[in-house]
Amino acid sequence: MALRPAAVAAALAFLDGARFSWIMATETPGAGVAAGLAVSSDLVSRAWVARLRHSGAEREAAAAELHGLLLRTARFEIERRRATFSHLYGADLEDLAWQSADDALMSILRRLSDFRGDSRFTTWACKFAILEAGVKVRRHAWRGREIPLAPAFWPVVADAGPGPQQHAEARDLLWALREEVERLTVRQREVFVAIALNDVPIDVLAERLDTTRGALYKTLHDARRKLRTALAARGLGIDLGEQP
Amino acid sequence: MTANTPDDARLLAACLLGPEGPELSCEECFDVLDAYVERELAAADPDAALPAMRAHLAGCSACREDHDSLLALLRNGFGA
Repeated sequence: MALRPAAVAAALAFLDGARFSWIMATETPGAGVAAGLAVSSDLVSRAWVARLRHSGAEREAAAAELHGLLLRTARFEIERRRATFSHLYGADLEDLAWQSADDALMSILRRLSDFRGDSRFTTWACKFAILEAGVKVRRHAWRGREIPLAPAFWPVVADAGPGPQQHAEARDLLWALREEVERLTVRQREVFVAIALNDVPIDVLAERLDTTRGALYKTLHDARRKLRTALAARGLGIDLGEQP
Repeated sequence: MTANTPDDARLLAACLLGPEGPELSCEECFDVLDAYVERELAAADPDAALPAMRAHLAGCSACREDHDSLLALLRNGFGA
């Protein structure tokens, strides 16, 4: 597999000049497995970190090995997402996989000191590739599409089916929800409508609004809490089986 | 989205309004995702150690997709 040297070199640049206090493990993952030793996952993880904090050829080899793992992970993730975004294909996907692996490697090397050993190092590393690939696929799929910040539709009560009493209860709840959404702040309403009602991916909305996934989710969380409180104040429960 | 009964309407509203109670932020979710998934695979009751994680996964589809993907990846033997 051809590795793009520039990507690895750029990622490794984050480590240059850094000072590390970790104890350097003497085992390397490859050496341990090759010797048939029962190397614990903890030791393997420590060896990964040690190699990535090493200097020179050892560090470059570890980074290249890690990049290979991240690329396989990104390809796995993109393949999973193809079911949702069927118009993505071929070269687009491979390029997204490479970009995801490159960016994940950069993040990992920048945040290497965040690894606490709560999981295997490879599990910790793979989540970065999954995050990058997922975000890139969603943004790619929405490129050129307008973000609907106003409700494209509202849930409605079917004309046929329930009796008059049930029909009225269902209608009242959905109308109350609609009224309370209108009482949210503009920002809360746009975020709630786009994400919860119109199914806009949160990463896509974050990019368009020049903010972060976390900041948007906080806004969504606050809007949902406000809506729940308002519905409860009107005597409208939303838990299944709960009587209003 | 169409509701046929009051329960349908409540279910729709519940889906739109997400989970109740405390939940992690997206950043906190990402920080513990690897440990949470490994605990799931080990049948080690991850929700006991991280009780607010499940609520966040229920309310945030992007983080839920990341979680499902990491779980699927490890189940397929990647990342070993």
